[in-house]
Amino acid sequence: MSYAQLIGDWQALVVLFVAGVVPNQIWRMLGLWFGGGIDEGSELLVWVRAVATAILAGVIAQIVVQPPGALASVPDALRYGAVGAGLVVFLLTRRSIFAGVVTGEVFMLAGKWWLG
Amino acid sequence: MALPPLDSPQWQSPLRAFGWGLRSVTQTILTLVLFATYLGIGALAHDTHFSLLWALCSTLFVWAGPAQIILITTLGSGATIIQSAIAVTVSAIRLFPMVVSVLPLTRTPTTKRRELFFAAHLTAVTLWVECHRFLPQVPRERRIAFVNGLGFGLVSVCLTANTVGYFLAANLTQTLGAAILMLTPLSFLFSTARNSREAADVVALTLGVLLYPLAAKMNSGLDILVSGLVAGTIAYGVHWWREVRA
Repeated sequence: MSYAQLIGDWQALVVLFVAGVVPNQIWRMLGLWFGGGIDEGSELLVWVRAVATAILAGVIAQIVVQPPGALASVPDALRYGAVGAGLVVFLLTRRSIFAGVVTGEVFMLAGKWWLG
Repeated sequence: MALPPLDSPQWQSPLRAFGWGLRSVTQTILTLVLFATYLGIGALAHDTHFSLLWALCSTLFVWAGPAQIILITTLGSGATIIQSAIAVTVSAIRLFPMVVSVLPLTRTPTTKRRELFFAAHLTAVTLWVECHRFLPQVPRERRIAFVNGLGFGLVSVCLTANTVGYFLAANLTQTLGAAILMLTPLSFLFSTARNSREAADVVALTLGVLLYPLAAKMNSGLDILVSGLVAGTIAYGVHWWREVRA
């Protein structure tokens, strides 16, 4: 493993700070600043939590619908099928995260192997 | 491992509480899921020619899986810094309500804002889910120490996973790489679903997934924000309607 692979250049770290660290910390610090006065049972918080859940749901959908990197090599139907199969098993096993994830993965890998 | 009862002397020192937080890392399947997700992020960073130091810094200072994946894939596919920053900013909006909902669980009337700084930084989806599960079993005045311990443990697991994933990357086939990337949506979907107790949570999750492809068709660059606001607000409407009828 070379120096470039381990450490890299400082420009890349500046990019990480500008495009990665700042955009995340802004929201956390805003939450820290404005969250202080909000009561945990308040209606505003119920709404805010629902929006947070829905935004995370959007990120989940985005990774499956517009897949990054190596995941793009898996056909659409296989990715959607993997999520569907995982969901069915998750519900059948009384909400076992482990069973759901394993089923989704096995479905996708078996499909990929079967398609060649 | 069960946490000590609320009135146990085990909770008397903040350091002990930090230790219980740290040990709670072993009490959740999400740790395994995080390990797998960050294995994938390490591998992705390697394949897109980022350095190991860069990957570790992104985990330490960004500390949000989806944001890190978006950052690496957009920069890796030739997007400008501005384009990546916008995409990451939008994906990070969900941290705001998470921090807003976690901090009141940890605060006492005398807590100063700066004492919550690390808890705010450590807040991301896993910590958010686990705080709602663990914190009712932790005495209120020890919750900040507990959350810091839990977060510190999770970050350590992920830094280790990044390093392992980075070194494995050279040997991963494309299919195995895809399988590792697929862990992220599957684990996030089921862990959020498992934590949905109210009808409003289920509506927010389901509509959030279903509305995203529609919002993406608008091509505004704010897809996740649009679908999230609409789905979340409808879910809140369901909650409000049930309250009124009850």
